Amino acid sequence: MSPLAFFGWLADSSWSVDLHESQYAYSIIESIHVWTMAVFFGSVVMFDLRLLGLTLRKVPASEVLDRLLPLTIAAFVIMVISGTLLFYAIPLRSYQNIFFRFKMLLLLLAGLNVWIFHSRVYPKVVGRDAEGAPSRAAKLAGGLSLAIWIGVIFSGRMIAYNWFDCDRQPQPDIVNFLTSCAATESGQ
Amino acid sequence: MSLLPFFQWCYQTPIGETIRDSTWLFPVIEAFHLLGLGVTAGAVLIVDLRLLGVGLRKQPVAQLAAGAEPWLLGSLTLMFASGFPLFLSESIKCYYSLPFWVKMTSLLLAVLFTFTVRRRVTRTELTSARPLLGRFTALISIGLWFGVAWGGRWIGFS
Repeated sequence: MSPLAFFGWLADSSWSVDLHESQYAYSIIESIHVWTMAVFFGSVVMFDLRLLGLTLRKVPASEVLDRLLPLTIAAFVIMVISGTLLFYAIPLRSYQNIFFRFKMLLLLLAGLNVWIFHSRVYPKVVGRDAEGAPSRAAKLAGGLSLAIWIGVIFSGRMIAYNWFDCDRQPQPDIVNFLTSCAATESGQ
Repeated sequence: MSLLPFFQWCYQTPIGETIRDSTWLFPVIEAFHLLGLGVTAGAVLIVDLRLLGVGLRKQPVAQLAAGAEPWLLGSLTLMFASGFPLFLSESIKCYYSLPFWVKMTSLLLAVLFTFTVRRRVTRTELTSARPLLGRFTALISIGLWFGVAWGGRWIGFS
């Protein structure tokens, strides 16, 4: 089964239709997604700014991380759950949405950044805690993280708009390629 | 006295009209508004959670609050700078929107509370002697800011 066929099947399943057509459920889930985003992004920003040496310089970076991380993780889990439900409500359209695809790509990059940071950079950050000034690697990780998450929020917000949707033709070939629209009848 | 004429005047401003006529402007400005929301939440929560005794307990409240305040002010500036043009572009809809009025009321209270009571509580180390005061301050702060976030999100649904 191709992804396109799978998400088409998912879109026709009764729970997906119920969620999509519900009067309040979809709006409430979307609100939870946005509010938790604020908590998640807020704690990420405060930590990244600390890595960049732009705030709370007197507090060791490791301590800022220790205290913020539980909040960050809890918010992230809620975002993944609410985000999955939002996707489940509109699977096919989301799958073919150019901003959704870009957002997923950025999320992969963000995950990679987190992994590299925690395995390579963070141990050194802890070692230099007493010095106060952040290392170049720490600054790079903080700046990269900020840039990626800002990109995630931008592309996430834009998913709501249908500028590049398959049913809005004609589109440039590159758009239809990136959204897999060429594979559906509306791409003709 | 009705505020409707004022809202109608806002609607007709060149800024409002330009945003309405453009496909991209509203979403892009709103994305900046969302970024500001995140930073505001971070700058508010890092202090409020400390007041609640959840995180960063080793640090004095005053030190955290002083570190977070420039970012709170900066993000609030971004929120106003992006929120005002958004409002101009759909001010008449806002006039008839309950969430809009909830948001503006909460915002006014949140800003007043943050820069009077909360600032005093965090600056003067009143909290170490009276933790209950710190907790109340944090809960009121979180509650008011959540009112702003609730109203903001639901303007879009109405």
